Amino acid sequence: MLKALNLNNINKSYGLIKALDDIDFIVNDGEFFSLLGPSGSGKTTCLKVIAGFEAPDNGNVSIFGEDVTNIPPFKRHVNTVFQDYALFPHMNVRQNVGYSLKVQKMNGPSMDRKIDEILEIVNLTGYDLRKPSELSGGQRQRVALARSLINKPKILLLDEPLGALDLKLREKMQVELKNIQRQFKITFIYVTHDQQEALSMSDRIAVFNNGKIEQIDTPANIYSKPINSFVAEFIGTTSIFNKDSALKLFNLNKAFSVRPENIVILETEKDLAAIDKKQYFITNGTLADCQFQGSHLKMTYAIDNDCKLSVFKSLEGNINQKYDIDIKHTIAWKKTDITTLNE
Amino acid sequence: MNKLLDSFSNFTYRNKNFIFLSFLIVPLLWLGIIYLGSLLIFLGHSFFYLDGFTGQIVYEFSFKTLIELFSSPANIDILIRTVGLATCVTIGSAIIGFPIAYYMAKFTSPKVKIFLFIAIMLPLWSSYLVRVYSWKLILAKEGIINWFFEKLNLEWLLDTILSTPVIGGPSLSISYIGMFLVFTYIWLPFMILPIQASLERVPNSLINASHDLGANKRQTFYKVILPLALPGIIAGSIFTFSLTLGDYIIPYIIGTSKFFIGQAVYTHQGTAGNIPLAAAFSLVPIMVMVVYIYLAKKMGAFNAL
Repeated sequence: MLKALNLNNINKSYGLIKALDDIDFIVNDGEFFSLLGPSGSGKTTCLKVIAGFEAPDNGNVSIFGEDVTNIPPFKRHVNTVFQDYALFPHMNVRQNVGYSLKVQKMNGPSMDRKIDEILEIVNLTGYDLRKPSELSGGQRQRVALARSLINKPKILLLDEPLGALDLKLREKMQVELKNIQRQFKITFIYVTHDQQEALSMSDRIAVFNNGKIEQIDTPANIYSKPINSFVAEFIGTTSIFNKDSALKLFNLNKAFSVRPENIVILETEKDLAAIDKKQYFITNGTLADCQFQGSHLKMTYAIDNDCKLSVFKSLEGNINQKYDIDIKHTIAWKKTDITTLNE
Repeated sequence: MNKLLDSFSNFTYRNKNFIFLSFLIVPLLWLGIIYLGSLLIFLGHSFFYLDGFTGQIVYEFSFKTLIELFSSPANIDILIRTVGLATCVTIGSAIIGFPIAYYMAKFTSPKVKIFLFIAIMLPLWSSYLVRVYSWKLILAKEGIINWFFEKLNLEWLLDTILSTPVIGGPSLSISYIGMFLVFTYIWLPFMILPIQASLERVPNSLINASHDLGANKRQTFYKVILPLALPGIIAGSIFTFSLTLGDYIIPYIIGTSKFFIGQAVYTHQGTAGNIPLAAAFSLVPIMVMVVYIYLAKKMGAFNAL
């Protein structure tokens, strides 16, 4: 099967800073592929290389089997939704959306029909004659989306498209984006620093750090089997025991991480007696912080002075549960629930 | 006493306009009375007229002076000549200034940009008269341009150019071509800086977006960059156009014996003592600028602001 995108050993430096260090991945046709990482990790630079705004120092980019490394952006069949939307301020919504048709010298009824169609898909019918400055953030976002979708690109690149929206709108747009992707059956390459967004939308995620890719996998595997401490810490909430602590506390010769929802708090002797001690790691902790988070409490324990451990305690049954700081608890988790990490 | 000061400070914090106005009153008076007031009084003189026999100004409202201005062919000639040259200078400055401004705004490192800023501003730090006189020497028959053409055995080319009717003359230093060159040189910074500022405000992502949507470099220039730089070009052209309209030193030093508006104003208010006609002449550049800005606005030059 033809791959939508193939990045082959891409390197890119700005002066002494290595923005992309041997980036190498393949994206399948129709896939929702996320580039996830903290700011400055190289994910946006990677997107610019795919779009063609930046040329890699070496390596090559191919789109559907065609090597496009030296082809300018206006000849590539990819379109971009920019982080700041990059709407043309001197054009109205209609002119913005129809820009790519206009530069292809298309006009008349066929162009009008295409514009109307796409404006309907993004729910902007009736906003045709407004200038970008007269639209809200969410509406601008839709114009940017419509403008880049109107040509039915083979690959759509999205550079933190929801970054500037508030939480409610962002969640709504996540669903809409996913629907549009299904409807158009095109490959999405989605840059984000929001791990929740990446986990909920992607088919696969590439985790970026310092210009390198740490791990490429499905959201479930990234979450449950992080390859190293960076990925484990970046995705979701997790507690990490380094090699020394693991050896000292659990006689385990390897660093590992454990997710807060896998940890149980054993408040009474009866609780402790109820578990099979062979299958569990058991330790004592001092409660350092306790936050109410709606469905659960987020409890942070200090263990052995230099380790911190986060636990989610479900509030099922009693919403008013409270714990005093500095109380000591026995905590435990199944030996099978840990993820060993390569440092 | 402390309490009084305290409540005064509370008052000024709550009534921000009070502080604002008390600081603004002096500049406002300056602008209103000394600057605009005297300008209006001077322009108002164009509605008085000069008594032909006594040479005294008659302070009666009348259109006599304005009719005189627009009915005399010699005066019309002066107006057309000035507006024509100002138009050419503006277009010339825009054509030379735009690439420099574009380079400064989009392609330079900050260090080179500062260097270019200084290079562009540098001529403004020396005397205007000195610069115009040095151009007189450069353009003169014994000057470097003539010398250069001679060395290349291209005197015939220069002579052909100079023998062109209207724009030519006995030498570059006594011709409209010479005036055009000097005006363009002198006003160029006023064209480059506003264009540079307007291009600086065009985010690179807009240019990327245009390429991304399939527009090549030429299309991107005409559809995105130029429309967004237009307010800057218009602002620059307002400078070059109005400064050329009102200047009398360059026509005096470089020009032929034919008058420009500035010289007409100078002569009429000085030796001839005809302040009303001088005032009427000064009205013309203002009216031309009003019409120009109106047309620019009509054509959507400020839509991107």
